[in-house]
Amino acid sequence: MSLFFNYTLNGISNGMIYSALALALVLIFRATKIINFAQGAAGMMTTFIASSLLAHGVSYWWAFVLVLAIGFAFGAMTERILIRPLQGKSELNPVIVTIGLLVVLEGVAGAIYGNASRGFPAAYSQSGLTFGHSRIAFSHFDVFILVAVLVLMIAILILFRATTLGLRMRASAFAGEISRLLGVRVGILLTLGWGLAGIAGSLTGLLVAPTSSFGPYYMDLVLVYAFTGAVIGGLESPVGALIGGLVTGLCISYVGGYLGSGLEPMGALVLLMVALMARPEGLFSRPAARRV
Amino acid sequence: MLRHLLFATFGAGIMYLVTSNISLFDNYQVGQIASFVVVLAGLSLLTGVNGQISLGHGAFMAVGAYTTALLMTHTQWNFILELLSAVGAAGVAGLLIGIPATRLKGPYLAGMTLLFALALPPIADKWPNTFGGDQGLTMTTPNAPGTLSPQEWLAWIQIGGALIVLVLLANLLHSRYGRTLRAVRDDEIAASLAGINVARTKVLAFVISAGCAGLAGAFLGLSTGVVNTGAFPLTLSIQLLAAMVLGGTGSLIGMVWGGILLVYLPQWSTSLSGHFNLGSGVSAYLATIIFGAVLIVAMIAAPNGIQGGLRWAWRRLPGSGSGVGGSGSSAAPGAPTPVLTDE
Amino acid sequence: MLEIKDLSVSYGAVRALRSVSFEAQPGSITAVLGANGAGKTTLLRTISGLVRPRTGSVHFNGEELLGRRVETIARQGVAHVPEGRGIIEELTVEENLRLATLWCLKRRERQTAIEEILELFPRLMGFRHRHASTLSGGERQMLVLGRALISRPRLLLLDEPSLGLAPLVTAQLMGLLRDHATGTDVTVVLVEQNARSALSVSQHAVVLNLGEVVVSSSAAEVAADEGLRHHYLGF
Ligand SMILES: Nc1ncnc2c1ncn2[C@@H]1O[C@H](COP(=O)(O)OP(=O)(O)OP(=O)(O)O)[C@@H](O)[C@H]1O
Ligand SMILES: [Mg+2]
Repeated sequence: MSLFFNYTLNGISNGMIYSALALALVLIFRATKIINFAQGAAGMMTTFIASSLLAHGVSYWWAFVLVLAIGFAFGAMTERILIRPLQGKSELNPVIVTIGLLVVLEGVAGAIYGNASRGFPAAYSQSGLTFGHSRIAFSHFDVFILVAVLVLMIAILILFRATTLGLRMRASAFAGEISRLLGVRVGILLTLGWGLAGIAGSLTGLLVAPTSSFGPYYMDLVLVYAFTGAVIGGLESPVGALIGGLVTGLCISYVGGYLGSGLEPMGALVLLMVALMARPEGLFSRPAARRV
Repeated sequence: MLRHLLFATFGAGIMYLVTSNISLFDNYQVGQIASFVVVLAGLSLLTGVNGQISLGHGAFMAVGAYTTALLMTHTQWNFILELLSAVGAAGVAGLLIGIPATRLKGPYLAGMTLLFALALPPIADKWPNTFGGDQGLTMTTPNAPGTLSPQEWLAWIQIGGALIVLVLLANLLHSRYGRTLRAVRDDEIAASLAGINVARTKVLAFVISAGCAGLAGAFLGLSTGVVNTGAFPLTLSIQLLAAMVLGGTGSLIGMVWGGILLVYLPQWSTSLSGHFNLGSGVSAYLATIIFGAVLIVAMIAAPNGIQGGLRWAWRRLPGSGSGVGGSGSSAAPGAPTPVLTDE
Repeated sequence: MLEIKDLSVSYGAVRALRSVSFEAQPGSITAVLGANGAGKTTLLRTISGLVRPRTGSVHFNGEELLGRRVETIARQGVAHVPEGRGIIEELTVEENLRLATLWCLKRRERQTAIEEILELFPRLMGFRHRHASTLSGGERQMLVLGRALISRPRLLLLDEPSLGLAPLVTAQLMGLLRDHATGTDVTVVLVEQNARSALSVSQHAVVLNLGEVVVSSSAAEVAADEGLRHHYLGF
């Protein structure tokens, strides 16, 4: 029973991380119908930048903020330079371009920093919290993960629901041409969306690095888990991303806990297949919003 | 079709001249190229002709390689049978992935196959007693007949396998089934209205393509003499995709270019980085970076690959007229990929 | 005043507009009529910048519109109600309306403008927080029309606003358009299949056939010309 409890806690903490990256995928997908397979690698790259900054004596929090800004700029640049020229081409082209970007980023990181996994500091202690005499599998750092991802989610929700900028962003994501006819500068808003996704990706990279073997490939699995979560959540709303990420995190934690960590990716594959078979448009998508 | 057989015989003749006149190390590489041609041809059929993307072909190769290696370790089966089992096992894996794939559009399918590529290798790590753990399983080629050296013999097996696969696939693409594959790629709804069973066509394409990958995996295992999980990383799957795009998506003969790139690009980039004193850290990754960069550039600038470029140049040659890419020399069935150009 | 001169548009080999010229006056409605595929939608899309023409010019109040971006043209007071699904289904009714006010109204004025429009279309009043995807065809048409009017456009381009509406509602809509055009100095270009009701509210009429202007004259004259009606308008 207490094992189950700890697996659950672990699943929640990982699930929040997958939610953050799933949010990045959703932000881009719903505006452009593109899955950015390089999103995890971009977060990897910015985390390496953070590690360089830390090595040069920059404080953790300054590095944190700087790297989120770099993630924003990188996402926006990706859209402008690589994605914009693909408009009107087959849907396979952007898939292949983001895959190409993924291997380029991993190659560049490997060439600069080497393949060996290195340490990355956590913002807070990683040893489990204690209640009375028992120690649970949830640390100060896990609390920080929870708070950081929730803050990001709430900030994005407020942006979308309560500001006119968010209204413009939603409109241009859902109906680009009509929005332009209403005077909305759709192009710049798409770039902004990719930038926001870049922030979420960078945050994910920073949160995953301390608890994994931080190297050029450490975001690969996180990306596909986030993709699974995003698909479960319907690939169209931040709330869906949150729920989908949590479901994925929990399932993977149970599979890893009871069956062994080598089966975690296979568990995710089964989960993804079930989700796709049950409903290719996502389990939490609103039928009304589906287009023919 | 006869034309394909003639072409294959011609190719075999040339390869005989090549392999008997080159050093052992080159035999090894020519054999590797042939192995890659097998998997790339299957991928080209799947993506170029049928319009389904796969980022998981490295994992299908792993299925094939491990199947053959396990049979070699535990049984005394006939060598051919062991190779065919690789095709069969990978085909079954292709079936399992292909069935849910029928309902998926490009980005979803890409994500699912990407996850497949990442999910399979850890399985082998999970049961080290069966799959040999880090050491892997050894694979041996049967004794060479006559005066052939083992390397020459293996290269012959691989080249022969590649030619057989190319002939079979070329005939397939020229048959009614080839038209069915293309019809499904171009417009699923129109195809199903025309009485085509879209789902079955797509699944079958996946099975055939995965089977090719399985054979190629077994071939590559024979080249290195060992299979382990490290041999099939995600980067392999992505490099296969890149080589297929560069060779010319949808073309079969263009996959020879792809195979050459897969084998020689890492070497060229190593010597390149040596030339510029970039250090061993860079040289290990330069090929990956080049593959990725070329993938991006190809999608943005030139979606028809090397074979498409050659065909384009051929058509502009004075005297070649406006005929379709010199039909006499064309063992490359199918038009250059509409999938990857404008819709 | 809207002046269109020598406008030609091609989609690949298809020539959708051939040297189209006409003028539309402020404070009046200009009906653009013609069979399916005559080029009416193409004409409107060219004016609002969605389609680039081969040759020609589009001047509105003396300014050239061609070559500007769609958003820029919209911000010059050109409201285009596109053919068919012009609403944004994922947004609520009120959000659809608010979106059109963002570039032209100050924060404080937006809500009053929305209320005014909702008063104009009382049916929408109760639906203001509903997703636009749940509206009926006629309600959608009211919403797009309201959304076009809310930015107080100087040039209003309407592509088949009566499509799918009950005859009674069409008549109301036409009446509303007439009141709106004559009371202000807005220039209205009205594309319609329903030639009879369009002509009844228009001052001017342009008949297109295969991308060419057949007639451009007063609506009364077009309505009176038996041959024209018989050949091109079908009533
Ligand atoms: N995007 C496009 N690509 C190619 N041809 C097009 C395109 N849009 C329109 N056309 C063609 O241009 C011609 C004019 O089309 P348009 O939509 O302007 O006609 P319309 O007068 O609005 O017709 P309707 O009354 O049916 O709406 C038609 O022959 C149409 O097939
Ligand atoms: Mg029209």
